[in-house]
Amino acid sequence: MKTESNASTSGLSLSQKGWNPYIVGIGIGVLSWLAFLVVNKPIGMSTEISKFSGWVVELFAGKEAVTNNAYWGSKAPAFGYSTVFLLFTAVGAFLSAKLGKDISFEKVPEVWEQYQGPSVAKRMIAAFFGGAILLFGARLAGGCTSGHGISGTMQLALSSWIFFPVMFIGGIVAARLLFRKKANA
Amino acid sequence: MNLPIPKDSTGGLVISALFGIIFGVLLNKGRVSDYNVIVNQFRFKDFTVLKIMLTAIIVGGLGVFAMKGFGWIEAYQVEDANVLGLVIGSLIFGVGMVLYGYCPGTAVAAIATGRLHAMVGFLGMLLGGIVYAFSYPWLKANILSIGQLGKVRLDEVTGLPSIVWWVILPVVALFTFRFIERKATAAKA
Repeated sequence: MKTESNASTSGLSLSQKGWNPYIVGIGIGVLSWLAFLVVNKPIGMSTEISKFSGWVVELFAGKEAVTNNAYWGSKAPAFGYSTVFLLFTAVGAFLSAKLGKDISFEKVPEVWEQYQGPSVAKRMIAAFFGGAILLFGARLAGGCTSGHGISGTMQLALSSWIFFPVMFIGGIVAARLLFRKKANA
Repeated sequence: MNLPIPKDSTGGLVISALFGIIFGVLLNKGRVSDYNVIVNQFRFKDFTVLKIMLTAIIVGGLGVFAMKGFGWIEAYQVEDANVLGLVIGSLIFGVGMVLYGYCPGTAVAAIATGRLHAMVGFLGMLLGGIVYAFSYPWLKANILSIGQLGKVRLDEVTGLPSIVWWVILPVVALFTFRFIERKATAAKA
């Protein structure tokens, strides 16, 4: 595979493009301990993104549209711990990518191009639609790869142990359909 | 110092920034802010995602279990198991993850590394959140209400105590890793 990274994974320097995935997993595990211990708030992301959705609605339709809504109304979107966490996740990823020379204004990723062709419009539409059903699915399931996939499973939550395999099945089926036949370049 | 710190206090927000930076660095160094790495997991061509997740679950879970035992953590924080919503939501999520190439957390990391299609997908996520919020009353009545098992944990459901789970799961993970690594070595040879 051409996508096989040329990055060395035998060290832990910030200037490397990648680290050993087991080390990264241990890092996320230890970060979860600290999240529980220091602020008693497991790592999660999708609830926060749906708050951003609420702010978009507030911007265009006014505050009432959000506070009257059955979903947001109960968890009024407010700037707080998780907002800062999301923003600084971006900061961390940016710094890491900057030092590891992994900044790229990629429009059409390699595997997508191999099977779906080089069309930017097609890729952007797929990313938009994929993002939409991703967050809808996350909210319906009550969490995402962070909230369920990591924070919930490690607490032995039944909901999260349903999420983890079923999400994988959905992904495998989608990958089968999407990456079946190479595009004629 | 008294732990936990109130999360929305100034101290909590500083901690949040620090944790966020660490999480972002780990996602990028784990290469899961790369579309190809994520979709290749679902094609069984790259096992980075599974390695990271399983390791995080085992290390995190053992620690959280121990801290609960020491009384350092007051209560578990688990989501409701609404089975129908979970099954439909998780399936849709998996499809979305392959189409978009990211999950919500790795999307944030990918956007920060410049990926333009990740930014477009973020707009999609905002729309998904809006559609969900406005269809919530219907979903709550017709989907989330079916198969409500509550905030239950595997030990409560199966009768196997947590400690047994924390013997089984690491063993399963180790065998999975050994299998993956052997296959990778065989593929190289």
